[in-house]
Amino acid sequence: MRDRLLFAAQLVFTLLVAAFLIVPALLSMLAGVTANYFRGISSGLTLDWVLQVWDLYADTILRSFEIAFATLACTLVIGVPAAYALHARGDRLARLIEEIITLPLAIPGLAIALALLLTYGGFGDFRRSWSFILVGHVVFTLPFMVRSVMAVLGQIDVRTLDESAASLGASPWRRFRDVIVPNATPGILAGSLMVVTLSLGEFNLTWMLHTPLTKTLPVGLADSYASMRLEVASAYTLVFFVMIIPLLVAMQLIGRRNGRPGTARA
Amino acid sequence: MTTSEGVAVRLEACAKTFPDGTRALEPMTLDIARGETMVFLGPSGCGKTTTLRVIAGLERPDPGGRVLFNGEDVTHIPIERRNVGMVFQSYALFPNMSVAENICYGLKIRGVTRAERASRLTELVALTGIAGLEHRAIDQLSGGQRQRVALARAVAIRPRVLLLDEPLTALDASLRERLRGDLNQLLRSLGITAVYVTHDQAEAMALGDRIVVMRHGAIAQIGAPREIYFTPADRFVAEFIGAANIIEATAKDGFIALPGGRIGLADNTKTAGTVVVMIRPETIKIVAPGDAGLRGKVETVSFVGDRVRLTVTEAAERALTIDAANSTQVRIGDRVGLAIDPAAVRQLERR
Repeated sequence: MRDRLLFAAQLVFTLLVAAFLIVPALLSMLAGVTANYFRGISSGLTLDWVLQVWDLYADTILRSFEIAFATLACTLVIGVPAAYALHARGDRLARLIEEIITLPLAIPGLAIALALLLTYGGFGDFRRSWSFILVGHVVFTLPFMVRSVMAVLGQIDVRTLDESAASLGASPWRRFRDVIVPNATPGILAGSLMVVTLSLGEFNLTWMLHTPLTKTLPVGLADSYASMRLEVASAYTLVFFVMIIPLLVAMQLIGRRNGRPGTARA
Repeated sequence: MTTSEGVAVRLEACAKTFPDGTRALEPMTLDIARGETMVFLGPSGCGKTTTLRVIAGLERPDPGGRVLFNGEDVTHIPIERRNVGMVFQSYALFPNMSVAENICYGLKIRGVTRAERASRLTELVALTGIAGLEHRAIDQLSGGQRQRVALARAVAIRPRVLLLDEPLTALDASLRERLRGDLNQLLRSLGITAVYVTHDQAEAMALGDRIVVMRHGAIAQIGAPREIYFTPADRFVAEFIGAANIIEATAKDGFIALPGGRIGLADNTKTAGTVVVMIRPETIKIVAPGDAGLRGKVETVSFVGDRVRLTVTEAAERALTIDAANSTQVRIGDRVGLAIDPAAVRQLERR
């Protein structure tokens, strides 16, 4: 009897904590489809605000996805070979470089943005294009890719696999392509998921680096909170959720299917 | 089966010092004949794996050292262009490829056509006894099967030298013995030059045409298995290969005097002064106390199936180990006589 009471108490507590976290998000999304937030649901439901958001901010949403996938491309091209090289060396220099790559996580995004502005702000075309934001995102997300790939490389005996491919006559590039990358796939997928998620939601850096013509989704969201009706900002949140959740679920599913070594091959 | 003929391998003054200053290998000069199986044997850290890696091209010898294949200097040729087959202790099979893809990887790299790869695959799986497993994933194989795949993959490229780094160590004892036999047969039928690294002396003797016993980065002795076993160069080799009774005592008039009696020495050995001799346990015969020049008391008896291992005290300073026929009936505390053929008493260098 006492056990059941205890269990019930724990369940209620857990549900309360979950509700505390989830209710605000639900309310916010609900506000996005309410005709007049101050009068409440009784004012009726509408998709007007969502349509208005789409009219005003469609470009920021699209740009955010462009930047996220461009960031992913850059971190893949730089991060995966870097992780391999750092793992293969494994000496003090490699650990130092790994620390340096990780440093942007500890430095506030604003400071990184300021440094980028001070250094490259003078290059007008670069400053005005979204590739300026891309650079910031790559700096910020690269450690996540490098670290998750290195973690997987640490689990498999990469050095011996590499040596055995070499003994069979494979050049360094073939070894990287045929043996290292396929076996690091779980780490690459996990890293990709992090990079895309972080890039889509990144605000600190982006807020400093953007121009009126290169707003991203989170910057647009801040903009709408500051200057629009609360319903518009809430509708924006709703759009954000609707766009990002299927993406995350899809990436998780791909990750799970390829996550187990040995089952990936056809 | 087309035979890969292999090359003669020569190491010339090959030393290896690692960047942290560790000397893994003292300058070593060594010839491995074409088609020969050379086994490097020694305790861990003796430099045997380093030697293998120098031959493979995974390590470069210190300046001055050279590696020659059939007289051609390959010291500066990286492993991917040396055409050597390697079998690693962990097998290092590619988990992202099937058995067939693993075996054919080296052929694919060499641009061998699909049809030719397929026929070579059929040949190799038959040779290594893994036919029917071609489409398995690596994690669906047992340890023994993995070992065979690794071997097939290394042999597939018709290597100039086949290098095996403790290929049986990861397996359990009974499987190890069976695969050792298969491996031996395969190496003979291929007639390939092979370098085999192991710390297991039974493996070394079963597989090697010659054995290089190594210690502290240097060669302790090179010779055929019988030579190494019966005439070890020094105490280290004697004790590392098989079991050995090492006795240090004073020799006089062709005998060495011991607390339990005396042992005769063969004519060609030093027969006076302090000597160190080695006697293999199976060369000592148990006889009636009255029939022998040496007597002792049985201290332990262990029946191990194919033989009985005894230790006998009071004969020499230290207990003697004796391997007797499994029909021998002795009990702890029995007094026994020990008959030793002078030819089986091997004199070692004193250190």
